[in-house]
Parts: sequence; C-alpha cells; structure tokens
Amino acid sequence: MITTLIHIILMIVLFSFSGFAQSVSSEQLIKEAQQYDKKTILYQGEVIGDIMLRKDHAWINLHDGGFAIGVWVDRDLITQINYTGGYKYKGDWIEVKGIFNRACLEHGGDMDIHAQQLKKIKSGELVKEKTDVYKEELALMGAGLLCLILILTRSKRQLRQS
Amino acid sequence: MLLKPRLADFKIIGYYLGKVILGLGLMMTFPILLGLFLKEINPLLDFLITLELSVIIGLILTKLCFTEKELNWMQAMVVVSLTWISAMFLGALPLYLSGHWRSYLDACFETMSGFATTGLTLVCDLDHLSYTHNLWRHLMMFMGGQGIIIVALAFFFRGFSGALRIYVGEAREERIFPNVIHTARFIWLVSIVYLVLGTVGLGLAGILNGMRPLRAFFHGLCIFMTAFDTGGFTPQSQNILYYHSGLFELLTMVIMILGAINFQLHYHIWTGRRKEILRDIETQTFFMSVVICFLIVMIGLIRWEGYPPTLMLFRKGAYQLLSAHTGTGYQTIYPWQWKKDWNHLALSGILIAMALGGAICSTAGAIKMVRIGSIFKILLEEIKRIILPERAVFFERFHHIKEIFIEDKFAKATLFITLLYIGFYGLGAIIGMSLGYPFLDSLFESISATANVGLSCGITHINMPDLLKITYILQMWAGRLEFISVFTLAGFLIAVIKGKR
Repeated sequence: MITTLIHIILMIVLFSFSGFAQSVSSEQLIKEAQQYDKKTILYQGEVIGDIMLRKDHAWINLHDGGFAIGVWVDRDLITQINYTGGYKYKGDWIEVKGIFNRACLEHGGDMDIHAQQLKKIKSGELVKEKTDVYKEELALMGAGLLCLILILTRSKRQLRQS
Repeated sequence: MLLKPRLADFKIIGYYLGKVILGLGLMMTFPILLGLFLKEINPLLDFLITLELSVIIGLILTKLCFTEKELNWMQAMVVVSLTWISAMFLGALPLYLSGHWRSYLDACFETMSGFATTGLTLVCDLDHLSYTHNLWRHLMMFMGGQGIIIVALAFFFRGFSGALRIYVGEAREERIFPNVIHTARFIWLVSIVYLVLGTVGLGLAGILNGMRPLRAFFHGLCIFMTAFDTGGFTPQSQNILYYHSGLFELLTMVIMILGAINFQLHYHIWTGRRKEILRDIETQTFFMSVVICFLIVMIGLIRWEGYPPTLMLFRKGAYQLLSAHTGTGYQTIYPWQWKKDWNHLALSGILIAMALGGAICSTAGAIKMVRIGSIFKILLEEIKRIILPERAVFFERFHHIKEIFIEDKFAKATLFITLLYIGFYGLGAIIGMSLGYPFLDSLFESISATANVGLSCGITHINMPDLLKITYILQMWAGRLEFISVFTLAGFLIAVIKGKR
C-alpha cells in the first residue's frame, strides 16, 4: 500500500518537473495553445514541402500526422535536413526543441515554434513509384473503346454520305 | 397540369450535356501534360482513364441525342444543373483513384467544393499529393469560378441562341456584350491576363520567400487560380500559413478583391472608365460592409485580447475578414483557433461577411452586394412611402453599370434569392445541430458551404457523417447556381415521375 503510494507520488513529481520537455503532438499544440504558449516544447514531425531560407534563418514545416506547424530555425541547424516530403519523397523525421508561440509577436501573429535544437530522428527517402497495372489496363481498355466509337461514328458518317 | 417531358426534351438535354462533358474531358489534358513532364505515371493514368471515360460519354450523348433544335429555358436550366452534377462525378474519379480520398463521396465533396469555388476539403495527406492532382484541384476552381459552361461557351461553341439561357442558368445575369459568347470570351480574357500577371507576382514572392523557382511558380499558379476565383484550395495542408510571408498575404488579398469585383467593372477599368467603380452600388456596398464587419471583428478581437499588438491584430483580422467577405476561404489560422482564439463577437463579423459575399457577375458566392445594396434602397423606399404624403410620387434608383429604377419585379426577385440563401444557411445549421454539432459551429460551416466560402471551424473533416457531407455538397451546388436551375431540375424530375402525357 505504502509502496504504491510512493510510486504514485514519485510519478506525479516526475511528471510535473518534466514540464513540457516531452514530445507534444500538433493537435495538442493547436487545441491547447493557451496552455503551451511561450513554453519550451519538444515536437516531432516530417519536414514537408520547402525549406524557405530567410537571411540567417529558415522556415520549415513539420507534419506529425495530424497537422503541420511552422518552425523558425537557425540556418546552421538545417544542414542536417536532406529530404523534404512531397509526392516523390518521404521527408526527414525531425525533432525540434523550442519555444511554442500561440500568436508569434515576431511573425505577424502566426502559430509557430522557434527552434533552439534540431535533431534528425529518421532519414527520409525517395519513394519509388510502381506503375499500377490495374490502372494501365483500364487506360488501355478505355483507349480501345474510344477508338472503336470513333471508327463506328466515322464509318456511319461515310455510309450516310455515300 | 404537370406535363411529362417528351423524348425530344431528353434528346436536347443529352446533346448539350454531352458537349459540355466533352469539353470537361478535354480540360484534363492539362494535368496529363504536367504528369508527363514530371513523370508522375500513376497520376497521369488516373487522368487518362477519366479523359477517356469523359470523351466516351460525351461522344455517345452527342451522337445518340444529336439535334439541331435550340434549348428552351427549362431545358437550359436542366442542362446547367446536370452539367455540374456530371462534372462532380467525373472530376472526382482521378481524385478517388489517387488514394488520397477515403471514399468516392469524399472525392465528390472535394470536386463540388472545387467547381463551386468553396474550398472545403476532405483530402488525406495533401502534403504528399502529386503535382498532377494538385493542378486539377486548382484548375477545377479556375473553371468553376468562371462557370463550367462559360468554359464550353468560350472555347467549344461557335454560337447558338440557347447560349444566353445556359449562361443565365449558371447564375450569371449580366452581360458585358450583347452576345453571351463574346461576354464569356471577355471573362476568360480578363482571367487569363490576370492569371499571367498573378502567377508571375506570386512566383516572384515565392522566390523571395526562399522557395525554389519551379515550386514557387507552381504554387503561384495554383494560388492565383484559387484566389482570383475566390476558391480557397492551396497546394499544402497549412493553407496560406504554409508560406509564413506577409508579402504573400498582401498579394493574395489584392487578388481576392479583384476576383470579387464584377466582370463588368473590370471591363470599365480596362476601357479607362475608372470612375464607374466609385459610382457603382456594389463597390459602395462592399466598402461599407467590409468596414462594418471589420469593426465588429476588431472590437471582438480587442476584447478577447487574443492578438495583442495592433499591427498583428490588423493583419490577422483583416486577412480572415477579406477572405470571408470575398468568399475565398484562405486562412492564416488553424480551424480550431476560430473557437479558441476568436470570441463570439469577432466570429459574428466573419459570419456576416461570409453570408453577404462579393459582386454579382464575379467569381464570388453568397447573397452578393448588389442585392444587399438594393434591399437597403427598397427599405428606404418603403420608409419614404410611409412618411411622405399619400399622393407623393417617388422612385428609388441606384447606379449599377447604368441607372436602375427599383420596380416591384426586381424587388421581388432580389428578396426571393436573399431569402433562399438565408433559408439554406439555416437548414444546413439545423442538420449540423441534429448530428450533434454546436449551434455556432454548425451555422459557420453551413454559411461557408452555401456561400461558397470554404472557411472551416473544424466540422469539415474526413470523419464527419456522410449525411453532412451530402448536405454540404447540395448546399455548395445550389448556392453556386443561385438555386433556380437546381429547383428547375427538381421540377423536371417530378414531371418525369408524376407528369401526364
């Protein structure tokens, strides 16, 4: 009984001291923005789209499966990023530690994270596109049918003219 | 007595429907060419299959239903309604085949949202969608904004007298030139000139923002198409927030306003008669309603203290408001923030702006400025009628391209359409509430769908009930066509079932 109580107290103490140092999801950040505002957080996600360089900083957007959030990051830190997610690429999975802003004073009130540290968790890769045979066959069948209709209408027209 | 439609009615409807479907199919060559250029094989196949299917259906309909008769009003309205439904089903096919939409219904929702220039989306993992599919999403808005049939009128028809009826059926009451085909071509000329200028402008802004040139211009093209057509789709899931750029926001604001202006006024601007803008009731009403709604939003945001410094407050408030008022639906906030960071007063300002909309004969939806302006004039006339002596003769008039006197017929039509919009706003909200959503959220999403805005407070999601998806599809469709052709189709179907020979 006492051991269980000690365990519970220890867990509560540990949890409260850890603050927001544990990874937070985009959904939590957006839905509970007031709670995390101006706090240091850990956030993970796939780098998607572009790395937008702005003087000595850059914007990257990290998508964790829920939403994508903009991260304002020092230009030196982005050298680790090799892949950004798109149709042909799976982007690098990145973890950032930084300050979360519900309405960033520096960036026109946008919700963003100002990164202090950046770590690559998993490298992205080129997604090999395998041609869908089913679609190929459908397209061929469609082309055949279309040709048949065109030939039929043409021959009907010729018949009528003759 | 309701008469059952004759075979000739079906033939003529089928013939023109087939022609428009052929035109729609040919529009798919654009994504196919892009797919070829970028070697996106599977997306290319998705569009090739749909193109073939569209051409087959189009050919069969035009050959089987061939006629040289002209469309009457009823047939034209039915053609318009059916065209939009067919465009939805065909346009959804490549989207569904991509695997980024969970069901065919979701793909249909996306397509109707695209063609009706709404901007509500049900796409999964947009950030990994191919360029080919993304181009199609934006191209649908560009076509739908001008009018699907206007595309066909401008490029695929040499001239037929039923054109006017079809043109009116697609919620376009005003003509720039006496000939509607010339009007349709002018609308496309304006759009294409702005498209080139806008794409260059946004592309350069993208490069300045740090994007690679090719991607910057692709995004510029897509964003222009949806901003000018007051649509709201974007190539990335974060909407305009993705760009983190004040310059991008400023440019899109200018393009949104251009899109919400009457094409007749564009004509006057182009021909040097710029004073017309200041005299027109639509621009005057638009200016007034933007100012009033902006004040409501500002008071709401200041009281809530969600965005402390004035500049930030102005940027967030003004952008969201203009986006709502023009019916575009771009957001620089996350949907959830409407509920968390905006209080009810600020949200009311957005709701009013969405419900009012932009100009008639523009790409914007909703009640529209000329109706709002003339309702105030009608109200003024009624007050005068009470105050002035009974024998006094007076006429209320307003300037919209020309001087227009308010007659009973005009007043009736204006109030009827306005009432229909309000009714649809309420109906969608009631259905939303009956499915368990809160009142304000349901009303917000319902207005957004009917007024073809596309702002979302979070209800529009892949997990929302199918009934609500179908409701919003109907609202987007009816709202875009301003109800009449949709009601005519309903009447036609009733006549098919219950009509007497």
